[in-house]
Parts: sequence; C-alpha cells; structure tokens
Amino acid sequence: MVSKDTAATGGTDEPVVRLKGVGKLYGTVRALQGIDLDVRPGKVTCVLGDNGAGKSTLIKIVSGLHQHDEGDYLVDGRPVRLSNPREALDLGIATVYQDLATVPLMPVWRNFFLGSELTKGPWPFRRLDIERMKRTTGEELSAMGIHLDNLEQPIGTLSGGQRQSVAIARAVHFGARVLILDEPTAALGVKQSGVVLKYIAAARERGLGVIFITHNPHHAYMVGDHFSVLRLGALELNAAREDVTLEELTNHMAGGAELAALKHELAQVRGVDVEELPEAVQSPGA
Amino acid sequence: MTHTVTPAAATPPVSPAPEPKRRAAERSLARRLLARPEIGALVAAVGVYVFFFVVAPTFRQADSFATVLYQASTMGIMALAVSLLMIGGEFDLSAGVAVTSSALAASMLSFQLTTNVWVGVIVALLVSLGVGLINGLLLIRTGLPSFLVTLASFLMLQGANLAVTKLLTGNVATDTINDMDGFEQAKSVFASEVTVLGVDVKVTVLWWLAFAAIATWVLLRTKFGNWIFAAGGSKESARAVGVPVNLTKIALFMTVGFAAWFVGMHLLFEYNTVQAGEGVGNEFYYIIAAVIGGCLLTGGYGSAIGAVLGAFIFGMVNQGIVYANWNPDWFKFFVGVMLLLATLVNLWVRRQAARR
Repeated sequence: MVSKDTAATGGTDEPVVRLKGVGKLYGTVRALQGIDLDVRPGKVTCVLGDNGAGKSTLIKIVSGLHQHDEGDYLVDGRPVRLSNPREALDLGIATVYQDLATVPLMPVWRNFFLGSELTKGPWPFRRLDIERMKRTTGEELSAMGIHLDNLEQPIGTLSGGQRQSVAIARAVHFGARVLILDEPTAALGVKQSGVVLKYIAAARERGLGVIFITHNPHHAYMVGDHFSVLRLGALELNAAREDVTLEELTNHMAGGAELAALKHELAQVRGVDVEELPEAVQSPGA
Repeated sequence: MTHTVTPAAATPPVSPAPEPKRRAAERSLARRLLARPEIGALVAAVGVYVFFFVVAPTFRQADSFATVLYQASTMGIMALAVSLLMIGGEFDLSAGVAVTSSALAASMLSFQLTTNVWVGVIVALLVSLGVGLINGLLLIRTGLPSFLVTLASFLMLQGANLAVTKLLTGNVATDTINDMDGFEQAKSVFASEVTVLGVDVKVTVLWWLAFAAIATWVLLRTKFGNWIFAAGGSKESARAVGVPVNLTKIALFMTVGFAAWFVGMHLLFEYNTVQAGEGVGNEFYYIIAAVIGGCLLTGGYGSAIGAVLGAFIFGMVNQGIVYANWNPDWFKFFVGVMLLLATLVNLWVRRQAARR
C-alpha cells in the first residue's frame, strides 16, 4: 500500500524501472541486444514488434522469469538481478500474461487472491478469510469500473476482456508500481480490446507505470506515452509520443523497408493492384 | 440508435430492476447447486442405494450397511488422497501397491527385529511418505507426465514387494505378528470395531469420515486448498502469481503416501499377515472412485465429498451384488457401467453449469 501512495504522488520523473543496454543470449543465439527502456510512474510505455522480435524475451527479463546477460537492469536506480517472478512482485513489478493470467475453473474471488490469500486464526486452524477476500475483490473491481453480479462464478465464464481487467485490478491491488501487460488485446475483438484499453488508462490514472506489449500500433497509440519498436532483438525506434505519429509507428511496425520489398514482389504477381497500396514512409521519426 | 434508447432509459428504471435481479439470483442458486462437482455422484449414490434396497432384502439390514461402509472406507481413504492429487493435476498409479509396501515394511521390520510393532508402524510411515516424496521429486525434476513416473514406481514397488518378502521370509506372505508387543494397541487404532447406534462398525469408517472432513476443510477453506485447485487448473498461471506449485504437488504425493500407510496398517492389523502380491489394480479403483465423485481427469476440479460418494458407490455395488445372490463377477461390469454413467452425468452437469 505504501508503494501505491508513493507511486500516486510520483510526479517525479524518475523511472521506476530502467534498462540500459540490456542483452540476452540463448546459447549462441542473440535474442536481445542494446535495449534501453524507461518506465515512469503514470506513463504507458508501449513495446511493439513483430512475432520473434524479442518482445517476450524482454518481458521475461523485466518480470524475473529470465536473467539478462548484458547491460544493467535498474529498479529505483539500483541494479537488480531477479531470479524469479516473486522477487519482481516484491519490487512492485507485476506481469499480466495474455493467456495465463488466471485459473479458469476457479471463482473470481479465489483468482483475485491466488498466491496472496488472506487468512485468519492461529496455525492449525488458520483458514481463508473468505468474507474479507470477497468484499475486497468486489471493491477493487468496482474501483476499476468492473461490475460482476456474482464473484463465485468461475473466471473462465467471463469474457476475455473482463478476465484481463480482473488480472489488472488484481495487480493494482497488490501494490504493483509497474504493470507489464503482455499482448492483452491480442486475442480480443474490437469491443473487448476497448475494455482493456480503458483499464490501462485507469491504471495510469492511479499512478502506475505500465509496459504495454502489443503488435497493434493503433492500440498502442491510443494509450501510449512512449513507444519502443523492437526488430530482430534490437530497438528500431525509441520515441516519446510527441516525436512520432501513428503513421510512422504503423510503418515501423510493419517494417517500412520490408513492406516496400514486399510491394515490389507483389507487383510481379498478376492481379495485385500495387497502385492501391499505401506508400511506405522510408525514413521516419528518430 | 441514441434517440430511441434515451427516453426508454429515462422513464422507468426503478420498477423493472428488482424483477430480473431476483430471477438472476434464483438461477444462480440452481446453477451453483448444479456446479457442485459431487452432484452427479450424489444422484448416482441414491440411485444405486434404491436399486439394491429393492432387489436385495439383506441389503436393508443395518449390519449389511455397516459392511458396505467398511468396504467403502478402506477404498475411500485412498480415494480421498487420490482425488486431492487429481484435483492437483496428477495421477498416482503406484497407489495400489504402495498400500501393500507399507504393510510389508511394518510387518517385516517388526518381526525381523522383534521390536514393538509401533516401531514398524513408524518406519512404515516414513517409507510411505518417502515413496510419495520420490514420486513427487521425480515428477518435478524430470518434467515427465505423472502417468509415466508413477507407472515406473508402480512396477518397481510391485517387484520389490515380492522380491524383498521372499528374501526375508522365504515366502510370499509375511509371518503373523499378532503375538508381538503393541499389537493389540495398534489394532485398536487401525482395525477395531466400535458400536455406533447399536451397530458394530469398523473403526476405519470413522477414520474415513474424519479424513473426508479434514480434506474438505483443507480444500475449500485453506491456502493450501486454493493452491491445489490452481496447480491442477492452470500450472503456469499459478506459478506466475507466486503459488509454490512444485511444493503443492510433492505434498499431494506425500498425502497419497500417508493414506497408503494408513490403509496398509489397517490391513496388517486386521489380518495379522500380508500377502506380498496384493494391491495390484486397486490404483484404478481409487482413480475411478475419484472420477465418479466428479474429479476431472485434467485436474483443477473435484471435491473430497465426491470421492466419499464414489467410494460409497463402490462399497454398495461390491456388497450389493453379494446380498442379491448374484455372481460376484458382475462387480466389474457394474463398475464399468457406473464409471460411464458418472462421467456422462458429470459432462452434462458441467455443460449446464457453463451455459449462462
């Protein structure tokens, strides 16, 4: 709770999480190199990239599942080396994964407190404080604007967007200062994506630093304050919102040069009208 | 769109509101009842009871019912532990022979060293917990499915039971230990009879119900219970939110070890001697009882009450066939039918519960 307060007052521009020249090797394969990333309170940092660009590796390092091989990982200015997700959580860095945020067959309130259950009573009879957990779950969900009529229903019966939102509310409740969202909108329809984007904005309002992983530049541009585009394990673009337009971002994401090449190839296939395709921007942004 | 909605919302939001709310509450109560894992087993248990009550007059007597409960209890204590393990997402194929291993360990150790039988009982407990620990560690360290890991330990225990017994006694059965120190005392704990409402009931029945109460409490009211559901329901999610999944699974395998020890001690002090080849095949009955009780084979769903009902159905069918003067060979046929019906009922119930 203390951490939440400091985060809320954090008009300070000090980054909570900072990566400096971070790299990662899997055997001889270089998955990441030279990554710089700042996550500040009350700001949404978007990490974009195609499949295999290194987004997952980057997230795994920040969330404590993997360790970096090069560079520095700083939390509150102090270098850290996290050996498991629990350590990251203790530092206030919480991850909401795309498909493994929740246990589908368990009730909403049990999911909300899973791994951090509230208990009461002395040891041999120490038991779950069900009343308090249900009440807190309801309150925290309402605070995020999520209204469920039955907290006993298995979380698997909720829609994808609602499930992500419960996971976000959960992370916020447990004192997260930095929220890592791994492709929260990837498997969702337009409306459900909107629901999740709303909660990302709500988390930012509450003073959290958000790392929003996505390959959808439109979703990123709706809520993002800073954009980092990854390509082949390196940063291709690292720009603040005011320095980049949606068009440039889209182009970087689609890979401007590659797109031009693809267009050239398509021109040789009969039946594809290349003139209709949009023009690629060659040297944008940074 | 907007102009049609606005007036409708503005006029009467007060009166129709409570009506659908109450309907939703009723529906959710019915759904909640249907969503209980053991509801299918409860229906089946009542059905089987009524069936044998009608066809077998002997089945109606209190003594017969006590025998049914006794049958159910020895299987039920194991089925409880196995169903907890299954909710946690794992199988234990070594559970059947592990019962025999435990009884053999206690019996032979006491006899060979001519000590008080309690020494054997304690050592057997350590052996059983050790078997569970090894099963769990093998599962975690190798990452192999528990089906394979425990199939291996099943074969090893089965072989060791016979080989070690022959080595030490020159026979496939252990020497009787009923004249040894502490035997009567241990028998009173594991294999005595108590009178409940004028009917003699085996003490295992009381233990069974006590264990079921503890298991239910642990599953639904403790942190560890939450972890069991999570470990079986979605291992990766559970790990990601900080649930000690490995520890939970090892503890569950050791719980099966504890149950195997308890049932092993019952058999030892009931019959004074142990047949080294016994127990093979029982592991499937434990799993079947758990499944009839509503456990999902894929983990993450089930209940201790369900396992109790599953074992109770087993006991009723087992004894009911005898009381009805049928050929006991029909038992397995009945078990097959029960398993099929139970899984179908469970499937149907879950679909109803999932439908909103």
